[in-house]
Amino acid sequence: MNVKKQLKDGLITQNPVLVQLLGMCSTMAITTSLFNGLGMGLSVLIILTCCNIVISLLRKIIPNDIRIAIYVVVIAGFVTVVDLLLQAFIPALSSALGVFIPLIVVNCIIIGRAEAFAAKNTLGASALDGIFQGIGYTIVLVAMCVIREFLGTGAFGGGLLDPVKGLCLDGTGAGFQIFPAEYGVSILTLPFGGFLTLGCLIALTQYAMRKSEEKKAAKKEEVK
Amino acid sequence: MDFTKLLEITLGAILINNFIFSQFLGICPFMGVSKKMDTAAGMGMAVIFVMGLASAICYVINELVLMPLNLGYLQTLAYILVIAALVQFVEMFLKKAMPSLYSALGIYLPLITTNCAVLGVVLLNTQNHYNFIESLVYGVTGGIGFLIAIVLFASIREKLRFAAYPKAFEGFPIALVTAGLLALAFMGFSGMKIW
Repeated sequence: MNVKKQLKDGLITQNPVLVQLLGMCSTMAITTSLFNGLGMGLSVLIILTCCNIVISLLRKIIPNDIRIAIYVVVIAGFVTVVDLLLQAFIPALSSALGVFIPLIVVNCIIIGRAEAFAAKNTLGASALDGIFQGIGYTIVLVAMCVIREFLGTGAFGGGLLDPVKGLCLDGTGAGFQIFPAEYGVSILTLPFGGFLTLGCLIALTQYAMRKSEEKKAAKKEEVK
Repeated sequence: MDFTKLLEITLGAILINNFIFSQFLGICPFMGVSKKMDTAAGMGMAVIFVMGLASAICYVINELVLMPLNLGYLQTLAYILVIAALVQFVEMFLKKAMPSLYSALGIYLPLITTNCAVLGVVLLNTQNHYNFIESLVYGVTGGIGFLIAIVLFASIREKLRFAAYPKAFEGFPIALVTAGLLALAFMGFSGMKIW
């Protein structure tokens, strides 16, 4: 088991959103406040890890022809569990994310990791893969939220943090106002901002990847 | 029959709350299948068909099976299974009845199962308490909105090849930015109201 490589894959080189380009609907739709982004990211992380564990355990029993159907049923089961738990314990998050919680069922990240990783690897490796890929997804969501919220409304940590109450888990935090909201580029909080921010983040990743590849190639030349 | 409400649903699904540009549903196929105009149009047609049919069938299942038996918590699971079975069925039917359309759609047909616009429309139908006709109309017009969006986007994307943009934006990022600009255009519909 190569934990270090898995960690690096999940966070950077095989980041589910920025490199594998999976799960973009939710990435763009709900990243308007830190509360939503973090909540969505953690929900996906939990579901992804559980599904990877179950599918990895069942990988020798699942017949090849109907494997996708079985994956979908397993995923839908866990999504329902998380959906009901959120409705019961964090209703603010459940109503803020709305239809996007049940839609985790068709989030390509989960079915993609089941097919590409959990179906071929041992239990431990699959569980770790779920956690690391989930963290990679959460980081992108949080980055999107911070960028869009800060530039759009001049605030940081809306819903989750509050200058008076500190950390609030019920989504009522006012956030820290860094500059007045009327100077914000409010268009970034609209759908257009979602497309633009994600496009720029992916472009940045591609740029950084190309630079690091060029560096590696240059080093090889030097050694020769 | 309340035609004003149906008109409201229609305009809402096609223009004001377009599934792609304002609700972010169905982005994966929207990005994946929009490199060429004709495949984009084929995908859009298939989505209209599946969305309409899924809305109708899921409505019936929800009202006649899940609700009487108090199985509301199984909604997500039941819906996704219905959609998967439906797509499989449509595939078999087209293969026998309309082989030309079947081969034109090719790989895109099975991919519709994981299109979140389809599951999304069904869940929204339930959430908004639409009746049978309203669900059907919302499903079909939502599909039409998807078709318009993907055809517009594909026609722009074909021309992107001749545009000059930074190398880092190659491929996906520039497509996302383009889609963003289209979303901006669709925002112009957001003030529309129906009396």
